[in-house]
Amino acid sequence: MTFALAMTALLADADPIGIAGERAICDRRGVLYFPELRLLTVSDLHLEKGSSLARRGSLIPPYDTGATLLRLQAVIADYQPAIVISLGDSFHDGGGAARMHSSFRERLEALMAGRDWFWVAGNHDPDAPADLPGETVRDLAIGALVFRHEPSAVRVEGEISGHLHPCARVVQQGRSVRRRCFAGDGGRMIMPAFGAYTGSLNVLDRAYAGLFRRETLMAYMLGTERIFAISGSMLRPG
Amino acid sequence: MFQLGIAALRPTPLIRLGANAPIHLPPQGGKETKRSPFVPILLGDYAPPRYLWRVTEQPRLTEQIAAVRLPEPFLQWFAQRGWSPRAHQVELLATAQAGQSVLLIAPTGAGKTLAGFLPSLTELAGRPGKRPGQARRGIHTLYISPLKALAVDIERNLGKPVEEIGLSITIETRTGDTPAHKRQRQKLAPPEILLTTPEQLALLIAAPDARRFFEDLHYVVLDELHSLVTSKRGHLLSLGLARLRSFVPGLQTIGLSATVAEPDELRRWLVSQNPPGSMAELIVVTGGAKPEISILDSEEHVPWAGHSARYATPEIYNEIKRHKTTLLFVNTRSQAELLFQELWRVNEDTLPIALHHGSLDVAQRRRVEKAMGENALRAIVATSTLDLGIDWGDVDLVVHVGAPKGASRLAQRIGRANHRMDEPSKAILIPANRFEVLECRAALDANYLGAQDTPPLVNGGLDVLAQHVLGCACSAPFHADALFEEVRTAAPYASLDRPTFDRVIDFVATGGYALKNYERYARIRLNKDGLWRVSNPRIAQQYRLNVGTIIEVPALNVRYIKAGSKGSASRGGRVLGKIEEAFLETLTHGDTFMFAGKVLRFEGIRENECFVSNAPGSDAKVPYYGGGKFPLSTYLAEQVRIMLDNPQRWKKLPEQVADWLRFQADKSVLPKRDDLLIETFPRGNRFYLVAYPFEGRLAHQTLGMLLTRRLDRAGARPLGFVATDYALAIWSLADMGRMFLAKKPSLSQLFDQDMLGDDLEAWLAGSWLLKRTFRNCALISGLIEKRHPGQEKSGRQVTVSTDLIYDVLRSHEPDHILLQATRADAATGLLDVSRLAEMLSRIQGRIVHKHLEQISPLAVPIMLEIGKMPVHGEADDTLLMDAATLVEEAMGTK
Repeated sequence: MTFALAMTALLADADPIGIAGERAICDRRGVLYFPELRLLTVSDLHLEKGSSLARRGSLIPPYDTGATLLRLQAVIADYQPAIVISLGDSFHDGGGAARMHSSFRERLEALMAGRDWFWVAGNHDPDAPADLPGETVRDLAIGALVFRHEPSAVRVEGEISGHLHPCARVVQQGRSVRRRCFAGDGGRMIMPAFGAYTGSLNVLDRAYAGLFRRETLMAYMLGTERIFAISGSMLRPG
Repeated sequence: MFQLGIAALRPTPLIRLGANAPIHLPPQGGKETKRSPFVPILLGDYAPPRYLWRVTEQPRLTEQIAAVRLPEPFLQWFAQRGWSPRAHQVELLATAQAGQSVLLIAPTGAGKTLAGFLPSLTELAGRPGKRPGQARRGIHTLYISPLKALAVDIERNLGKPVEEIGLSITIETRTGDTPAHKRQRQKLAPPEILLTTPEQLALLIAAPDARRFFEDLHYVVLDELHSLVTSKRGHLLSLGLARLRSFVPGLQTIGLSATVAEPDELRRWLVSQNPPGSMAELIVVTGGAKPEISILDSEEHVPWAGHSARYATPEIYNEIKRHKTTLLFVNTRSQAELLFQELWRVNEDTLPIALHHGSLDVAQRRRVEKAMGENALRAIVATSTLDLGIDWGDVDLVVHVGAPKGASRLAQRIGRANHRMDEPSKAILIPANRFEVLECRAALDANYLGAQDTPPLVNGGLDVLAQHVLGCACSAPFHADALFEEVRTAAPYASLDRPTFDRVIDFVATGGYALKNYERYARIRLNKDGLWRVSNPRIAQQYRLNVGTIIEVPALNVRYIKAGSKGSASRGGRVLGKIEEAFLETLTHGDTFMFAGKVLRFEGIRENECFVSNAPGSDAKVPYYGGGKFPLSTYLAEQVRIMLDNPQRWKKLPEQVADWLRFQADKSVLPKRDDLLIETFPRGNRFYLVAYPFEGRLAHQTLGMLLTRRLDRAGARPLGFVATDYALAIWSLADMGRMFLAKKPSLSQLFDQDMLGDDLEAWLAGSWLLKRTFRNCALISGLIEKRHPGQEKSGRQVTVSTDLIYDVLRSHEPDHILLQATRADAATGLLDVSRLAEMLSRIQGRIVHKHLEQISPLAVPIMLEIGKMPVHGEADDTLLMDAATLVEEAMGTK
């Protein structure tokens, strides 16, 4: 399949949504793509979380960085974006980039080559990642959109953020499904966490209080084949 | 609470099996004698079978031995009470004094616990007192029980005779509840007898001074051994024993157990397996009086399906009225709640009837146990939490509601009714549905025959071994060769091979990953002297917080609030107990359910609490599954199949049940003993397949998952399935019956054993069952910490991360040792693959297909379960699709 065909298929597959007037596609793999801007954004990669925990005695499998990069590679191959924004907590801690295995570093650099790459500073990685290209920023404004790691307490139209790792839960006939999700109300959007070892927090948790207009809150839940848009009134806490 | 069953009214029949070790009698009046106190007995012309040669029935002989064995103060004490020691108590003492380890199998009330302690007490009584200035003396006897409460009870009950005999022996408990200062003191000045749990033993062994702490140990007494050995706690304990044996080479073990199917397994478990196959001596006390068991022959209609046994409530209530104290056993918490509600509904005389199960608040449980001990209750509804020795008071009737699932389990539960083994226990079985009538009948016949079906022991878990290896390193540097030899002396690990052991060490050190990334974070390191050492003291600190193999299901406190009030506004009332998170997740605001003997309304969840309000008068809408549900034992399953195959035996069944079977024979067919009957029929706009393997719910569930995959591939378009202990029903859009008749596919293809290959592997990939098993292995092996210094992870946090870890590990290193451990667990645990495999091989060429016009009588029970039972497996995208579609419809966008 040629790139153009693949792209058409992807765009047809997902209903684009509007954020502060910009058209965006919520991809079921957890990335947000703005076709007009050729901009791909991904949040909370938490690279090197495994080795970060290993330092403290939990020797969990060291494959998370590889797994996360593999998935990132797949979406970048599909969309071929001109701009990539990693919305903070790209590394699980400040030393993550330095610890990264050389083979992973090479793969990451290959992904970054030929496009504008922005590292938005997160609470886990406030400083620029060691020895990696790309520009590290606090926040970033493009058109009507503002990209930053933590959603601001004061409402900002067009803000795209991460940090909270949203998930949503639906109950039907006594059965329950919980999935990561994009959470948006038409004005702002909080991205799901992308990293292989990242947990998630229900959008109805108190941590989200005041961030959304409840009546227009939508959770775009990540399915195995597609995104499911679920209105806020259908969601359950927990 | 155990009772010191010293009141020997009649001597107990005693069988001694095993090696003819010459018995070494202790010096008596300066003389040393060697002789066997046992002679074969011939009763008239009857020559007893060889294994009964050592039956000793003569009270005189008992007294004789007692005179030889028991120190004077003990004899006086017995004499003052007009008692004499029981034969098995003396026999055990003699065996222990001869330096042997021993397994005592005896029913409840046989004075098992006193027997277990007699060797220690007599030895300690004869030991000269510690001189001032003499070095401290370590622990002499270690007693290990599965329950904290049991250890505490023993302390109280052993203290009394010790005081009366005039012994100065220090006896103390050490459990999770023991205050830190007392534990500290126990380290400096150990008691002579320490009563503790397997987890505490693991902790003591991991301490730096472990070897010194245990250097004076003579005996380890293991209570309720039958219940310990079947779990991972038993694996950890066996490794702990191996360690103790390496500290004290002459260590003797004394195992106390209820009757089991394979005593030799326990005998090996108790001693070093070097040389392989070594066994402890065995003393069996046969069963006292036969219990009087009956099956309720109800006037009412016995339901086709369901587990409530609600139909029998008035009859149960009448039995409670006719007896002093009735113990009502059920299999699940939901059944306990339901039965409790139903009994109070008819409790016109307001008899004191109580409820007891593991989810209730501890204080509430203690109150019930206390009332029970004081004989203040007329009846108590309980789950398996009460299987083990707690004080019963004077129970004179056991009612078992629902099928017992295993013959041995039934025997043990009934044994609870009566602590005097000479009087028959009385029990009534209440089958909740028609299949359970068959099962109860089979269990009753088995009980009459004395058949046992306790599960066979499995090989020791590698996750448990990993925990033990780290514990050993925390105590002192170790040599891998020596530790390997030591570990293999523990029966569950006797067949462990060296490469696997080395992989476990590698796992403990660096995670054991093919990607060697964590060398610098190693928890243990191999030093130049060939010894493995912990790399820093923090590792030992973390280990101590996470020791043990008990993994709690994530659960939330259930707290009362006023109806309608927001959780945040009210401070909340009292805590009723804990409920599994998984159940609460399926509730929505306003749903009603039964818990703690009340109908409650779900108000919401806040952090780790679930708020509920009273909903009196309303019916509970949401059934509460969960709690331990035992699968039907292989033995009983076979007995039920035999019964179905033999109309002669239906005479013993209630008329309505026998009629049901006759109808089945008429309308369809009854399966032969080793056959698998498959019925297919249409109903509504669906087509059904019902199979009757009788292999238990877990195996059926796995079979259901695998068959639906295969049927899907064959184009049958299956929609769902439901599994019970007896049968499996699958429904589909295509006519499966016609497909089988046309051999597209044939049933033998469909049920071919190869389904356990690729299909199983593919299904397992994403199965929540395997994820749950992995989580346990990850926690036990120390990959993930249950607790970290200064913080306690909530269940949710742990669940999420182990699921993610599982996904990553499975795709990157599917042969990792922890996945190996997970698969081994799943095979015998939640998936019961091993049983499914046996069944598939049994039915080769024995599948009987009956293509019917309509539902058969035998299929009615499982068909009624459809829609009532939770559909197992993960809820998937279809559910999201439903929700999304609902929104679209409501919004008019589609």
